[in-house]
Amino acid sequence: MLEEKDMNDVLDRIIAKYREDEGNVIFLLQETQDALGYIPEEAVAYFSKKLDIPSSRFYGVLTFYSQFHLKPRGKNILSVCCGTACHVKGGTKIAERIQRDLGLASDGETTEDGKFTFEIVRCVGACSIAPVVLVNNKAHAEMSADSASKLVTELKKKETGVGAK
Amino acid sequence: MAQSDETKKKVVVRVCIGTGGLAAGGKEVIEAFKKAISDFCVDIELDFTCHYQKVGCRGFCARDVLVDVVDGDTSVTYQGIKPDIAKRIVQEHLINGQPVKEWLIDDSYYSFHSKQMKVLLKDCGTIDPEDIQAYSKVGGYTGIRKILSTMTPEDVIAEIKASGIRGRGGAGFPTGVKWEACRKAQGDVKYIVCNADEGDPGAFMDRSIIEGNPHSVIEGMMIAAYAIGAGLGYVYIRAEYPAAVERLKLAIAQAHETGHLGKGLFGSDFSFDLRIKLGAGAFVCGEETALIASIEGERGMPRAKPPFPVHRGLWGRPTVINNVETLSNIPYIIRNGASWYSSIGTDKSKGTKVFALTGKIRNTGLIEVPMGIRLGEIIYDIGGGIIGDKKFKAVQLGGPSGGCIPDHLLDTPVTYEDIVRTGAIVGSGGMVVLDETDCMVNIAKFFLEFTQAESCGKCVPCRIGTKRLLEILDRITRGLGKEGDIELLEALCSDIKVASLCGLGQTAPNPVLSTLKYFRHEYEAHIKDKKCPAKACKDLLIYSILEDICKGCGVCKRACPAGAISGDKKKPHKINADLCIRCGACFDVCKFNSVNRE
Ligand SMILES: Cc1cc2nc3c(=O)[nH]c(=O)nc-3n(C[C@H](O)[C@H](O)[C@H](O)COP(=O)(O)O)c2cc1C
Repeated sequence: MLEEKDMNDVLDRIIAKYREDEGNVIFLLQETQDALGYIPEEAVAYFSKKLDIPSSRFYGVLTFYSQFHLKPRGKNILSVCCGTACHVKGGTKIAERIQRDLGLASDGETTEDGKFTFEIVRCVGACSIAPVVLVNNKAHAEMSADSASKLVTELKKKETGVGAK
Repeated sequence: MAQSDETKKKVVVRVCIGTGGLAAGGKEVIEAFKKAISDFCVDIELDFTCHYQKVGCRGFCARDVLVDVVDGDTSVTYQGIKPDIAKRIVQEHLINGQPVKEWLIDDSYYSFHSKQMKVLLKDCGTIDPEDIQAYSKVGGYTGIRKILSTMTPEDVIAEIKASGIRGRGGAGFPTGVKWEACRKAQGDVKYIVCNADEGDPGAFMDRSIIEGNPHSVIEGMMIAAYAIGAGLGYVYIRAEYPAAVERLKLAIAQAHETGHLGKGLFGSDFSFDLRIKLGAGAFVCGEETALIASIEGERGMPRAKPPFPVHRGLWGRPTVINNVETLSNIPYIIRNGASWYSSIGTDKSKGTKVFALTGKIRNTGLIEVPMGIRLGEIIYDIGGGIIGDKKFKAVQLGGPSGGCIPDHLLDTPVTYEDIVRTGAIVGSGGMVVLDETDCMVNIAKFFLEFTQAESCGKCVPCRIGTKRLLEILDRITRGLGKEGDIELLEALCSDIKVASLCGLGQTAPNPVLSTLKYFRHEYEAHIKDKKCPAKACKDLLIYSILEDICKGCGVCKRACPAGAISGDKKKPHKINADLCIRCGACFDVCKFNSVNRE
């Protein structure tokens, strides 16, 4: 987490860009999430004060769009696609397996050590190579529950084992 | 003496870096080629220089990574290339002149392409999408130059109307008519918006076009802007497509640098600029009025129409919203003429259509076919039929707004009118093939899960209606269906269709209605017999081990995540039904087919 002053510097820079960009709240929040990884409550409060916009308007937008996250996310994001093509080719089974391997109770959760977030996404447009798992946005093609499980094991090794700082 | 590089012949290695190509290792393949070449250079003097060309999706994703080796006039295509094969191709083909036979494309590559007609996708897989010159070299930006010097906006609209093109975003509205309405609308500020939200699950046409040929979309928007009288355009693109966003940004930057965007274009007084707006993950924002709200920075909630966007759109100004594929077609229509375009397709459905062919089909990929081709030709001739020895059950068109078309209707021509008659829609181009192991109630439930989650909640019929539909479908698939559920579904579907505010709710019941129409017996089997004929609904399955076949190898016991299987080595095993979570792991791993599922 950034110090308050550092965070406010970041937010001020974003506000300056926002003013150039037609005063678009979605843009403001997207930039914030790009910079901080999620949208902290403090950021909303800061924007609300500086821009004189009620925070309810920010939360209205934040909760409407699935892209925004109000909690910090893991270092690695594992997204299992469950679009139509992935669904009929066993996407659900893969999702269940990864969730079990990470010991998470539901979609969207992060492991306690903050290393992994698991989520189900609806179609990433890679249907011709279904079923697909994205690891930090890189697509892995034609997965199975087993190969996905191996992927998780490898990632865990990388995070905890040799080479990790 | 050593030959200088300039006088050596040029060999081009062309590698697909579309979504499929990248996932299959396209970038690594290029690196491997580079490394192999430089390794050989250490020992021998090569008599050629090797150039690399990255291209967008070439369609046949099932055979990625696809690589062309172009040497003068001859071009050889390889399929299924991995980085470790690059060295062999360099040695045997580039150096010794003998193509590596094992990796050459085979018959399926030719049959995949034989019934296609590539207009938009032709350039997609051959030009470098990161180079504006590449697009210009194949005739790019000649359309806009032509209209600026020889046509009035009214001429352009007349040309587009004459071509007969209809919107590719799903509804099939005639594009020329839409432009004309906006042209005639009152107001001095107007906008053109490109809808690149592509939210339908099972669709990636628009993504591939933007990744493979972004300048065709930009030129299409310019032509539209000239026709309706707009000076500014927006591309609303989903954030889930980072590669497409990057390509588009680069394309816009290059267009600015080279005078293809900005003030007084091509020596005329026409000015046009373009901005990108990123979506934030809401399917409903593909709907035009919701999209407008989203560009304005609000929650993406649709509003009632009329007024239509052509009269009151972005910031209250007249706005044309067109789909990516629609816009990408425009430069080709202007370049080749309306009569060329209208000669393709049928009486009422003109031109070609791009489809994302996926699911249980051999040749998955991106295809472009003339309108009027029969569904069966797509599935069997282009798609190569069903994977494995399974039977075809249905093809799903139009995603959450569409429906499933069964075997006996595979003769249906792909036109807006004929597909609607089956209960599905042409839609934006998702085509998911289902086989006998897919349960149709489950498929309907899948789409309702989607629409229910994506309903914006503004109107009650959609917000609550889809929830109730989903609950009924859910209980049917779990064996808790009741007598009268089918009738209840039907009644609810017709209410949601007529009473919902926007297209999302109005079409949400389609997956249920079309599966009820053709696969009613599957619903009945779930409700009355508590059986899933496709053996897909987990809760209705019972797993057991056939004692006379089981060899007692123990593989299933180790695979079972619930510890439900017991038995001594070399003796028949048993499944404890109370512990079994019906995941099917034992069924999948047994080599002797001794796990019974019913
Ligand atoms: C819920 C919903 C989602 C839609 N999503 C898209 C989309 O992702 N892309 C698209 O081009 N059109 C989408 N549409 C259709 C658009 O509202 C609009 O009709 C289309 O962009 C018009 O362009 P066209 O005339 O070129 O087809 C959607 C419609 C609805 C009701």
